[in-house]
Amino acid sequence: MAALVVLLFALAATGGLYAALAPAPKAQAQDSGQQSLAIEQGKKLYDVGCASCHNSNGQGSDDGPSLVGVGSAAVDFQVGTGRMPAQQPGPQVEKKKVIYTQAQIDQLAAYIASLGPGPAAPTKDQYSPADADVAKGGELFRTNCSQCHNFVGKGGALTHGKFAPSLKGSSSKHIYEAMQTGPQNMPSFPDSTMPSKDKADIIAYLHAVDTAQSPNPGGFTLGSLGPVSEGLFAWVFGLGTLLGLAVWLAARNTKAKKS
Amino acid sequence: MTEIGSHNDVPENLPEHGSDHGHEAARKDPFANPGLPPHEFRRQDIDPKAARHSERVVTGLFVLSMLATIGFIACFVIFPVDKIVYIFPFGHVSALNFSLGLTLGVALFAIGAGAVHWARTLMSDEEITDERHRADADDQLRENVRQQWITGAKESGFGRRKMIRNSMLGALTLVPLAGVVLLRDLGPLPEKKLDHTAWAKGKKLINSNTSQPLRPEDVQVGSLTFAQPQGLEETQDDFQEQIAKAALMIVRLKPGDIKDKRERDWGHEGIVAFSKICTHVGCPISLYEQQTHHVLCPCHQSTFDLSDGARVLFGPAGHPLPQLRISVDGDGDLVALGDFEEPVGPAFWERS
Repeated sequence: MAALVVLLFALAATGGLYAALAPAPKAQAQDSGQQSLAIEQGKKLYDVGCASCHNSNGQGSDDGPSLVGVGSAAVDFQVGTGRMPAQQPGPQVEKKKVIYTQAQIDQLAAYIASLGPGPAAPTKDQYSPADADVAKGGELFRTNCSQCHNFVGKGGALTHGKFAPSLKGSSSKHIYEAMQTGPQNMPSFPDSTMPSKDKADIIAYLHAVDTAQSPNPGGFTLGSLGPVSEGLFAWVFGLGTLLGLAVWLAARNTKAKKS
Repeated sequence: MTEIGSHNDVPENLPEHGSDHGHEAARKDPFANPGLPPHEFRRQDIDPKAARHSERVVTGLFVLSMLATIGFIACFVIFPVDKIVYIFPFGHVSALNFSLGLTLGVALFAIGAGAVHWARTLMSDEEITDERHRADADDQLRENVRQQWITGAKESGFGRRKMIRNSMLGALTLVPLAGVVLLRDLGPLPEKKLDHTAWAKGKKLINSNTSQPLRPEDVQVGSLTFAQPQGLEETQDDFQEQIAKAALMIVRLKPGDIKDKRERDWGHEGIVAFSKICTHVGCPISLYEQQTHHVLCPCHQSTFDLSDGARVLFGPAGHPLPQLRISVDGDGDLVALGDFEEPVGPAFWERS
């Protein structure tokens, strides 16, 4: 009997001490409760908006790739720029009106991220730090990006109806996510080969050259296409003006005759 | 041209001028030279008010040019070189560039326009007939020149002093050789330089972004990375020459997606390294589509399939992109197993 009392006492003491000294797991449980609520909400949104192509658990089908391991960054980019849900199949799914709120996108992202580990959506410190180096960004952009997106991000054509879109007006976060995840046919530039700092430099460069406020000391950019559009302009308008002047020089003078 | 009805329709000029001599001639011989049409006067020729107006316009243009030149100097002094202003429809332009161009343009154009307007309205526009003179000189002059030539030849002793003549001809023959020898500087021929690149056995693949050796775990499926050979620094004198041949693009495919056995064997766990120089005319080519594994050349649309030994799918390129054999060294870094097996870049003569 005494042994039983001692056991009960010991159990009560242990339980009490545990309750008193270990409050952290309780908070964590609450946190992961919120997380699992987001995943649950995300799953509901997914079943309505995405499952018809990407299949019921994100494992993909003939109409859409598997989403296991694409990470929350890919969801934030694809849904945040309106590319997903896709309107119709075709060579390329284009940017359109965004139909989900940012809160819903975050829920979807939480659900997709729960399917398998993948790149997480970046924080503001990652995509727009105060100390970004525009010149270095320009160099990196010309090495890694300009072959498709043009040297100031105006975009360009690819094969079979695909194209690299213009980067004008894209948000810093979405540019960062595109580099990180490689949407559609764009190759990815993961942190292992292009560190986060380099991505931020590239974004700073794009903001310096590719916004409505970007200075262009020479005037007309003519699409920033280089010698092709510049040559066309010079030949058509430059030569056209000279021809007009030549006609004026050789034109018959106005005569004072009666008509 | 007939003369029917034309006689009375001669445009009537205010001052009576000219005659219908040409029309008389035309009646006799329809193919005769009709001569000049009668001169027509401009308003400025008969109306002093119009002439004064033209004079004022021309003077105004010249004065405008003067003001624009002064404006040019003023703008040069006023605007700092880095001032950016918004001007519709040009956008955000340099104030200095824009103002200098505008003022100098006006200054030059106004001089030209003034001169043309002056010539067209005020200078005489009377038509003039001037007969051509004979093309050849008269006989007397030709005979004079011939005599002078004969006298000169005799006095110089050109025909008599054969040693001088021959040595002079020799000197004149040799002098052009100097120019011919200079053409040598167009060469030398490329020799074997195009056959080899900076890649060699054991050289690590250095990431062009970070300047660090690439490790296989860094290269993800679907990613695109550019690499250069270990030991090649941008500060080297021949960096441009070397990177132009050695530039490398690295992609990773799922090993099952690689259709070409040699490509799979030459890569490392699906990581494959191809030359970045198009085999058509040598454009840098890295427009990589990660889902189709196509690489497109922006110059002439040659398309290569990186999942099938960089086979040419489309376009003028005649050869697949050369592949570099890679593996992993003792440090766990990606490393080349040798140089490219074939010359990179355009198919030049004596390839093979």
